[in-house]
Amino acid sequence: MTTNNENKKTKESKISFKFNAQSYALIIALVLIAVLFAVLTGGEFLSSRNLSNLFTQMTVISVLAIGMTFVIVTAHIDLSVGSLAGLTGGIAGILHVWYDWNTGIVVLAAVMVGALLGLFQGWWVAYRAVPAFIVTLGGMLIFRGILVGITGGQTIAPMDQSFRSIAGSYLPFSLGYILAVSGIILLFFFTIRRRARRRELQLQLPSPFMDFGKISLYAVGILLVTYILSRYQGIPLPLIIVVVLGGIFIFVSSKTAFGRSIYAIGGNKEAAALSGINIKRNTFLVFGLMGALAGIAGIILTSRLNAATTGAGDMYELDAIAACVIGGTSLAGGRGYIVGSIIGALIMVSIDNGMSMMNIPTFWQYIVKGSILIVAVWVDIASKNKTSASVA
Amino acid sequence: MDRKFALKMMNITKEFPGVKALENVNLKVKKGEVHALCGENGAGKSTLMKILSGVYPFGSYIGEIFINDREVQFLDIKASQEAGVAIIYQELALVPEMTVAENIFLGSDLMRSGIISWEKLYAESQKWLDMTGLDIDPQMKLGDLTVGKQQLVEITKALTKNADILILDEPTSALTESEAEVLFSILARLKERNVTCIYISHKLDEVLKIADSVTVLRDGQTVSTDPISNLTENDIVSKMVGRELTEFYPFEERPFGNEIFRVNNYSFYENETQEELVANVSFNLRKGEILGVSGLMGAGRTELFISLFGGYNGKKTGEVYLENELISINKPADSIKHGIAYVSEDRKRYGLVPEMNIIKNTTLASLDKVKKNRLLDADMELEKAEEYAKKMNLKSHSLEAFMSQLSGGNQQKVVLSKWLLTNPKVLILDEPTRGIDVGAKFEIYKVIVELAKEGVGIVLISSELPEVLGMSDRVMVMSEGRITGELPRTKATQEEIMKLATIGSDI
Repeated sequence: MTTNNENKKTKESKISFKFNAQSYALIIALVLIAVLFAVLTGGEFLSSRNLSNLFTQMTVISVLAIGMTFVIVTAHIDLSVGSLAGLTGGIAGILHVWYDWNTGIVVLAAVMVGALLGLFQGWWVAYRAVPAFIVTLGGMLIFRGILVGITGGQTIAPMDQSFRSIAGSYLPFSLGYILAVSGIILLFFFTIRRRARRRELQLQLPSPFMDFGKISLYAVGILLVTYILSRYQGIPLPLIIVVVLGGIFIFVSSKTAFGRSIYAIGGNKEAAALSGINIKRNTFLVFGLMGALAGIAGIILTSRLNAATTGAGDMYELDAIAACVIGGTSLAGGRGYIVGSIIGALIMVSIDNGMSMMNIPTFWQYIVKGSILIVAVWVDIASKNKTSASVA
Repeated sequence: MDRKFALKMMNITKEFPGVKALENVNLKVKKGEVHALCGENGAGKSTLMKILSGVYPFGSYIGEIFINDREVQFLDIKASQEAGVAIIYQELALVPEMTVAENIFLGSDLMRSGIISWEKLYAESQKWLDMTGLDIDPQMKLGDLTVGKQQLVEITKALTKNADILILDEPTSALTESEAEVLFSILARLKERNVTCIYISHKLDEVLKIADSVTVLRDGQTVSTDPISNLTENDIVSKMVGRELTEFYPFEERPFGNEIFRVNNYSFYENETQEELVANVSFNLRKGEILGVSGLMGAGRTELFISLFGGYNGKKTGEVYLENELISINKPADSIKHGIAYVSEDRKRYGLVPEMNIIKNTTLASLDKVKKNRLLDADMELEKAEEYAKKMNLKSHSLEAFMSQLSGGNQQKVVLSKWLLTNPKVLILDEPTRGIDVGAKFEIYKVIVELAKEGVGIVLISSELPEVLGMSDRVMVMSEGRITGELPRTKATQEEIMKLATIGSDI
């Protein structure tokens, strides 16, 4: 199949190196931010207690960012997720505190409401062709309005123990380590199997140094985090929720026709349509999924705060969108990585957390985060221009 | 013939990481001539022109450029424009929502210096339009013109910038015959004004008609520069591919099977304006038959077949039979299920997902075929992609390459693979060889004939008459949304087809 093999091979290895450098950049940025805040807070930022806090804080944004990745991959946007998380969290609070529903049913109800409201927005976007920007901008106001209306502007508290434990419990040390180690073993197992399969199929193999170097780095990271968290109270349950949801969505994006379809829709809507892909239904469903995840985020939020407030989740859409873009998801659609978005969420929350620890006034936090969003998008666009110009 | 050289590009070498795109290329263009630049896709034509127009700045290549015997070093596009180089790309760089006049003077002082004098703008535009012989009202919205006319506007725009060297990249690919004629007459006028043209085209008959000399590039090197009088079409083709092409169309006589596809009294209306785009069309297709569909741009060929395929919203009337069974198609998925495939004329817009690799593009229309336990199976996907890559003789270093890394011909092979994987009974090919090089064209023709031999009914829509004549068993000609005639292979000639294609357009 191949002519002038040698020539092309050198080209390819350079490309794959560049790609790796790009994915490393995210981790390097994260490390830099951690080091910076550690220095500025006299090491307090990296304390076990704070890291435990950080990982709990990041879960809400991470859950939203996972769904937002799908939304942005289809070349849409969802500005309502903050309000929707607030609303579903509020509904959970009302059902739980005012009506005494038990935790399990409340969780289910909140997720259902989130999914339905997501589908409602998806219907406007997919079947009524109203731009997602407008629909979800409207949704942002509507959901916030409903929240204020049904709570009467009051804070609903307190939750009982079972509800608080959703965001407030930790895995026992032994279980935490077992999970961490088995996670690492799985990582190596998958990498080895993938390499073997690719060799068998004669596909391009990244150098073992690159591949195993990367997962070794991940392994060290996982162990380090587990160790640090264990020195405090153990791995927070919400972090496990994020990992599980992340896993599910990675699976959906790579192994199902639905996942493939949404990447195709974002990559080239017309080509996808002519290939027999149902654009409307898939778009509709993506918003439904986003809504369900906003429901989960709302539950975690209410559980963590031990209260449902009218301001809950305010501006979270910005963090979620920024997390996706930082993680390499293209606003033009067709490209997006769940893992990147989760790391992006960690970066956004670290900035929040670090600045709070330094007692930097809130107004600065707004300015810094807004700037990061703009710069992250600019980097995405600038890198795209460069690659398209170099393709002759 | 002892004119001065308007342009000399000497020993140009350009490297991309790991690939030498150009190696010691020489291009000498005499003042006032039309100089054709020929070569297969990937031969280096575009790269060379991007160097000349400053897209690749001085320093990113090796070699020297002389304009009117003075050495130039362009650091950006603006520098080359100021030196009198204007390039007109295949993709238009115009604003459809603005008037013709605004487009012509967009970016010029007339539009830039604070307050726009509309009277002056229209008057100036009229002057230039008169000079190029274009009968267009400068106050018209550009988007209301045909693509061909828009392209002529773009050429006019380039001329207002006092271009001495005009580069035309595949200018006629979107033009109708008559528009192409207008273009040729413009080029003749330009020649009188001593403007030098570099003309890049795959259409060799045009090159022979209008060029004074021809430079052929192959694999990033100059093959030759000759005056046109020394060349025949075959000479150019063999220089381009480096081998003699004895028989260009691999057509074979073969028996046909039963009727597989029939369309009765089919009409199609535009969704918003309710304008009738396809009017009362009836035709049939037999197993193993190649039905050529010819016609001028805007004859309704693409509209007919995309709407049959289910790709448009809009009212349709009439009946469609597949293997003598009445079928109803509302969306592309219905067509795919019935075994009808449509390969679009615009592969970038309607064919490819650029962010996906070859494998994923290949399986996109047949995801159900690569599932195991209801989940996509990477091994099966790869297997299928490999099978069709081999069948199509796809050239790529890896099946995981992205579409942007492939040449036009290879991209088209991937699109074809995608549709062959759906296992079609009826394959509709809309301009399947547009903008791809001679070698890949031939390979695609071979695949078409193979498929016909296997019993697939094939519709071949093409604007290139030699292609239609060379490949079809029967030619159906359309004009203004109607079928104006059908010719068996033995009776089909360029003249007959053109006669049928222009029926009704003069009334």
